Formats: sequence, structure tokens, C-alpha cells
Amino acid sequence: MKHTARKMLTFAMVLTLLVSLCSVFALADGDGAFKVGGTGPLTGGAAIYGNAAMNGAQIAVDEINAEGGIQFELKYEDDAHDAEKAVNAYNALKDWEMQLSLGSVTSAPANATSAENFNDHIFALTPSASAPTVIDGKDNVFQMCFSDPNQGGASAQYISDMKLGSKIAVIWKNDEDYSTGIRNSFMDKAEELGLEVVSETTFAAGNDTDFTVQLTSAQAAGADLVFLPMYYQPASLILSQAAAMGYEPKWFGVDGMDGILTMEGFDPAMAEGVMLLTPFNADAEDDATVAFVEKYQELYDEIPNQFAADAYDCIYAYKQALEAAGATPDMSAEELNSLMIEQFTSMTFDGLTGSGMTWDETGAVSKSPKGMVIQDGAYVGLGTDAE
Amino acid sequence: MTFLNYVLSGISLGSIYAIIALGYTMVYGIAKMLNFAHGDVIMVGAYICFFAVTRYSLPPLVGVLAAMAVCTVLGILVERFAYKPLRTAPSLAVLITAIGVSYFLQNGAQLLWTPNPKVFSSVVGTGRLALFGGQLTVSYVTITTIVSCIVIMIALTWFTGNTKMGKAMRACSEDKGAAQLMGINVNSTISVTFAIGSALAAIAGVLLCSAYPTLVPTTGSMPGIKAFTAAVFGGIGSIPGAFLGGLLLGVIEIFAKAYISTQLSDAVVFAVLIVVLLVKPAGLLGKQVSEKV
Repeated sequence: MKHTARKMLTFAMVLTLLVSLCSVFALADGDGAFKVGGTGPLTGGAAIYGNAAMNGAQIAVDEINAEGGIQFELKYEDDAHDAEKAVNAYNALKDWEMQLSLGSVTSAPANATSAENFNDHIFALTPSASAPTVIDGKDNVFQMCFSDPNQGGASAQYISDMKLGSKIAVIWKNDEDYSTGIRNSFMDKAEELGLEVVSETTFAAGNDTDFTVQLTSAQAAGADLVFLPMYYQPASLILSQAAAMGYEPKWFGVDGMDGILTMEGFDPAMAEGVMLLTPFNADAEDDATVAFVEKYQELYDEIPNQFAADAYDCIYAYKQALEAAGATPDMSAEELNSLMIEQFTSMTFDGLTGSGMTWDETGAVSKSPKGMVIQDGAYVGLGTDAE
Repeated sequence: MTFLNYVLSGISLGSIYAIIALGYTMVYGIAKMLNFAHGDVIMVGAYICFFAVTRYSLPPLVGVLAAMAVCTVLGILVERFAYKPLRTAPSLAVLITAIGVSYFLQNGAQLLWTPNPKVFSSVVGTGRLALFGGQLTVSYVTITTIVSCIVIMIALTWFTGNTKMGKAMRACSEDKGAAQLMGINVNSTISVTFAIGSALAAIAGVLLCSAYPTLVPTTGSMPGIKAFTAAVFGGIGSIPGAFLGGLLLGVIEIFAKAYISTQLSDAVVFAVLIVVLLVKPAGLLGKQVSEKV
């Protein structure tokens, strides 16, 4: 309890510090900052993603503001991973006179807010909402993460190229856009490449604690690789129940698996050998990543995941685009909207989550995912990059 | 063997539902109110045990006792501040309050302990008992859960049948007004009921998380609802009914997943529930009470 109390106190102090910093900036810059707003789950089951994105974006904003050039003001509103709340959060940001949007962190709320972004002509760059429906038919909504089809297809390609498994089982969450989207594109690509999928089972919210049936089915079908297109929370249960059953296939995850090692009390041995495709690796040794990870750890006391890195990249991508366009903070959201569309479809951006990123007119990003494997409780790069 | 393995998985899952359902049904049977916050008291219990065992490296038994103590106090406080002022209010008001308490506990846990998932380390070890030369296995958690259920059932039955407080509880359950006229302190009797119910919730929480180790502030809510279903299935208010209902619900759920469809398993479970309630409206072991008009 003492620990918690101290944490609360630290939190309160950081908050006071932030508030006072904000007021200093407000005094110093007046209206000289671009107002960037985003919604994300800051509470609820998906809060780990929302908070990571908010923290990552905040670090980028603080760095850029300290340089003295372009100034940003960042505001995150809680959407609790709920589409309806996300629209309310979005409206609150609009009242605050947001000029540029970070969309929403997760896919379901992002589907709702991106429609608003499109109607209001407020440019959005979502760090991590990866469903294709988020950007579909909206010329001013862009993604920093790769989209679900991109990820599922890339995973199948990677498994096939590296000859990781001959019989594949897929367990997916059938009431979630994210999981369903990846699974669909994975299956299409797997068929095209002639990968044999021997078992396919599902689960859903409220039915996500016991996986013995799914695992027994995969085991009985002789699957030597299990593809897990899902977030890490159910994945951690699957891994521990498979271990209890004595079933040891190769495991292949997606970017939602990122975070499994930061679960308090999680036995890293359980995730030994789990492979995944992810654009960001906190153990990478390039200067930018090392500096970001250090700063994140210092401020928030944990290792940043991919969501934090995506949001960090979003702010820097905005900086690059705003500078290139010669935009000024007194421009309206609508003016910025058309400038940003122009910039994002023509620029090349280097960030933590990839170098040489480009965007096409649909708003989808093009960057290559990196193959990772968990070894001794850390992510290690795996082979050559998948195409 | 696959079939028997599924039966055992069903019993493992069902035993967890059963132990949660026991607390639900006991509070309902006596206070005649649905304590929807029960699932969240379970979550609090699991967190207390998690902190005791993982953060402060205390022995698991101390963790369980600490969880029981904290949950008992929590149960009494919730009852005192949320339910007692509504003793004479319509039951719908109390039901809504219980849902409010449930959200209060979930959000409070998020503030205090952050929403980041934690991995609970089982208090009874992760080993499994091998039968028939390893073809069938039962985890120690399942065995512990079933034994705990049986012990709790016997203890509750003895308590309500043989002690003064137990008799007062049954009297309150029958008719609060008459019980008061007979000199029974209805308020304190109901408080004790909640205290016991919450202590049971703590045990259920520890066992739930020992079996399915991911711990988040919403851990208790879905198993809580499933256990409530199990309690209704077995006949709400009936202690053996809760046990039977829990086990059956677990087995049906696993069978539906294994032999019908993993996508439709919940639909199948609830379809079975509807059929049972159509045939036996009071649940499997519930007493049919005819209303005096």
C-alpha cells in the first residue's frame, strides 16, 4: 500500500509540474502553438494502449517545444475504447479548437471519430488504429501503423518464406475488428501461398478465459505453428494453458502481442520463442530508440510499447509536414487539412517505427514490419525483413 | 479420452463458476437482493492476494487471509453506505445501486492499481494430477476449487441450520418484518450476511485468478455474470443448486465450444438456460414458492 501511496504522490507531483509547465507555455506562446488532440482509452481494459500513445505523444511534444521552433499543445480525451464515448471526446476536442487530430488509438472508436474528422475537415493521423475501415473513403485520415490486412498478409508471407510451419492453427477473436481483419487477410494470403491451415477456432469477449477447447483442437490437428492475431491479454492465457497441457508449437503473434513482457508477474519463460511482426523494438540500439526508451522509462517507469512509439512518430511527422508546408498556428483546421493532405501524400518520413515511410492517397502507410522473437525475456530481431 | 478431457475442462471452468455462485446465492437467499457488485469484490480479493504474494512475498495462505479480511471489511462498508440506506426502497433501486457499486469498484481499482494487466501466480501451484498414465490431467487448482466448494457448502448449511446467527438469517429471509418483531436485529443480520458473502468472494477471486491468471480491474465482471447465471440455473437461493448450476454451466460451455462451434458457445449456453427455466422456472433445485394473493 505504501508503494501505491508513493506512486500516487509522484503522480500528483508530476501532474502539478505538468500543469505549471503548461501555464508557463501558455503565457510564453499565447496562441503560437498548434492544437493537437486525440482520443484513446485512458481507462478500461484497453487503457494500456491509450496511455502509452498519450505518453509517447507528450514526449515528442515536449522535445519539439523545447527546441523553440514549431510549438504544439497536446490534449488527450478518454474514450474508454467505446465508439460512442469517442465521439463525445472528439466533440470536446473540437470545442477546445483542435487544429490537427491524432484520431483515436484503437480501431472501434477510430471508426466513429474518423467519420467526424472527415465531415469536419480536420486532418487526422492515427498512431495505432489499424482497421482498414478507419481510413476507407476518407481523404484526410492517415495511419502511422500498418493496417490489418498489411499485417496479416505480411505474417503469412513471413511464415511461408521462413518455412516456420507446415500445419498452421489460427485462434482469433471474432467480435473484434482488429483480430478479424488480420485473420481474414492472413487466410487469403495463406491460401495464395499454399500454407495449410488445419485448425481454426475463435473466442469472444466474456468467453476469453478458457482456451482448452481451441488448444485441444489445434493439437489434435497436429498444428506445429499457431497464429495468434490478438492482443496480448488473451494471448498470455493461451500460452500458459498450452504450457499446462504440454502443447509446444511455434507461436506467431502480431503487434498486439507487444506488451506481453511488461505484464507484472508474467513469467517470461512462458513467451520464450514467441515470434511476432512489429514495427518497433524497444531493444533496438539506434540512438533515437535508445533516447526515447530512456526518457519514457524515466518519466513513466515502464518500457514503451509500439503504441507509444507510433504516437511519438505522429507528432514528428506533423512537425515535418507543417515545416515543409510553412504552416502557421493561426491557420484554421480546414486550411491545415488541405496542406497536410498534400504533404503526407508526397513526403518521406523517418521515425522510430520505420524509415522511409510513405503514405498513399488512401491514408495507408507503407513500411516494412520487422520479424522479432522473444528470447530470454527480450525481443530479438529475427532474420531478414519480410516483404 | 478427448471426451473425458473436455468433461474435466468443463468441470474446471464450472468449479470456478460454482464458487462464485455460492456467494451470490447466499446473499440473495438471505437479503433477497442481487448483489451485482459481487464480481468486483472478487476482483478486489484477487488484487489483495496478488500484492501480498507477488509484491511483498508473503506466503500464499497469508495472502488468502489478507484478501478475506479486506473483502469482509469492504463488504460491510458497501452494505453500510450503499445498501442499508435503501432497506425500505423498492428492490429495483437497490439493484441499480449494486450496479453503481460495481462500476465504483472497477474504476477505483483502475485508479489505485492502474488498468495494466497483472499475472497472478497460482496459490496452489501450477501442477497437474495425471490420471490413466497421463492421458487425463486435472490441475491442482481445480481440485482445490471443488474441495473448497464442498467445504463452503457444508459450512454454510451447518451455519444457517445450527447457530443463532444462522437461524436469524433464515428468519430474515422468510419475513423481515416478523423477524424484527421476534427481537432479531435485522440490520446486523444482513451486515453479517454481506460480510460472509464478501469473504467467500475473496476465496473465489483467489481461485479464479489461480486458474485463469490475468488480473485486470474488470476480471470479476464477466465471471460474475456467468456465475449469476449459474446460480439462477441451479435455483437462486439454493446452496447446492449454485454448485450444481456452476458445474453444469462450465461443462455445457466447453461442450458447446468443442462439439458445436466456438463462435456460438455463449448462445448455446444461454439457450440451454432458457429451456431449463421454461421447464423449471425456479431453477434446477429451486423451491417453487406459491405467492399468496
